[in-house]
Amino acid sequence: MTDDVTGTTSIAVRRTRSTNGGAKFGVWAPPILVAIVVIAVWYLISSMLGKKNFLLPPPHEVVAKGFLNPETASDIVTALGRSALVALVGLAIAIVIGVVWAIAMSQAKWIERSLFPYAVILQTIPILALVPLIGFWFGFEFFSRVVVCVMIALFPMVSNTLFGLQSVALSQRELFKLQHASRWTILTKLDLPTALPAIFAGMRISAGLAVVGAIVGDFFFRRGTPGIGALLNNYTSRLQGAELLAAIIAASLFGVAIFAVFGLLGKLAVGRWYDFGQK
Amino acid sequence: MSSATMIARDTRSTSESTTLLDFRDVAMTFPDGTVALSGVDLTVKRGEFVTVVGPSGCGKSTLLRIASGLEKSSHGTVDLATDRIGYVFQDATLLPWRSVQANVELLAELHGTPKAARAAKAKEAIDLVGLTGFEKHLPKALSGGMKMRTSLARSLTLDPEIFLFDEPFGALDEITRERLNDELLRLFAEKQFAGLFITHSVSEAVYLSTKVIVMSGRPGKIVGSFDVPFDLPRDPEIRFTPEFAALVGEVSHALREAHS
Ligand SMILES: Nc1ncnc2c1ncn2[C@@H]1O[C@H](COP(=O)(O)OP(=O)(O)OP(=O)(O)O)[C@@H](O)[C@H]1O
Ligand SMILES: [Mg+2]
Repeated sequence: MTDDVTGTTSIAVRRTRSTNGGAKFGVWAPPILVAIVVIAVWYLISSMLGKKNFLLPPPHEVVAKGFLNPETASDIVTALGRSALVALVGLAIAIVIGVVWAIAMSQAKWIERSLFPYAVILQTIPILALVPLIGFWFGFEFFSRVVVCVMIALFPMVSNTLFGLQSVALSQRELFKLQHASRWTILTKLDLPTALPAIFAGMRISAGLAVVGAIVGDFFFRRGTPGIGALLNNYTSRLQGAELLAAIIAASLFGVAIFAVFGLLGKLAVGRWYDFGQK
Repeated sequence: MSSATMIARDTRSTSESTTLLDFRDVAMTFPDGTVALSGVDLTVKRGEFVTVVGPSGCGKSTLLRIASGLEKSSHGTVDLATDRIGYVFQDATLLPWRSVQANVELLAELHGTPKAARAAKAKEAIDLVGLTGFEKHLPKALSGGMKMRTSLARSLTLDPEIFLFDEPFGALDEITRERLNDELLRLFAEKQFAGLFITHSVSEAVYLSTKVIVMSGRPGKIVGSFDVPFDLPRDPEIRFTPEFAALVGEVSHALREAHS
């Protein structure tokens, strides 16, 4: 008993020590190095283009014309805000539908057999080909933009949640069955908690996809209050390379941020007992 | 449950040798045609601790699953005279998001016991297995032995009349296993439950039980039964006596016969 205890603590202590300090540098240094290389190559190509460098304006010009020009910056922020709303609403709907869909499939093999092929089809059909149809059915405004987001973000939610629900150990399920627990009890006290890490992993992927969906939607649905996608389109048609690149970078950063937020949410929710692994 | 079961229930407080579990001519053929058990007769009475040893795949787990009602036998009758069953799996089956305390409370929670009552029950059980002070720990912070203790405590909250164990200590190191064997004997003496225990270790079987049953390879049949004459509570030192070694030898011999 006693040696059990001291054994675990000393291991735990050693582990925390080794991950502190030096490890931080190891985590941040490589991506920063990559960024430096990319910017250097960017400058190189931009200068080689000479007069045609509106195709790829140098980084400082992107910063000056895109981020430091108050008018452009506010255009980008406003558009990004609208896209964020579309993406978050789409993501929320995809999460709810995805989790419910997966729960339904986890309840019986025949339901899984009936519904899983459609989850796969959702993943494999070219959504871009469907987009005009969506506009035709649901109009060219907010709602259609959300529908595109949902369609793009849904599959990872369905497949991750199902995987999570099915990873419950048989003996744990039997532990509940021995007490004659109901399906509902097993679902809420065993299956869903077990699936939570996989659900959060799915959310992280879907969040990134929802941002893509919001931008794609803007390209097709121009009514109402289109977001960053429409802005990208405008800059492109006006050959405003610097502003275009600034908007692209802003959209990408937003995607990264939403990905990180959901990663963090997952850690907060289940990190206490589940180890997402070193990433 | 049959009327025989009812009689057994009514007399349980008066007779020391109440039959809690009764297998008569039990056979198990799975839908895919696998014959796991055939012609098994077995009784476990109050005050008995019966251990089953047998080659891998002979149907020992199936036997326990039938006893607990998780599986229905395809032939024969099974009478279980109580609904207070403890079941300890080979792995601790703890819920990783629950603390030791919350894990131990789980079964009472599933039965709808009010919060205060189940907390008290859990506290008592945690105390019994020597885990006081670890209530707030998550399973990932526990050693294998401590996880198994938590699992034991969880079953103890049901006040089981019969305890079914499916190789609970198989994954533990020798020293931890021996220590848990002693704790189990102490609990057995204190709580007066009946035990049906499955193991691969013949010396563990002899040390823990009042009776050791040897099963043959598939389809599992009972091919030997040995009463263990050593007094309870058992002195850990009996493991090193010639009598103990002789009985272990006999059981091992029967097991080897069953294998071939
Ligand atoms: N649901 C099932 N369907 C078909 N065959 C099964 C099923 N469950 C178990 N079996 C088979 O029945 C036999 C007995 O299985 P069981 O798990 O009871 O063996 P065991 O004695 O516990 O083995 P071990 O010592 O390895 O744990 C095995 O051959 C197993 O493959
Ligand atoms: Mg087994």
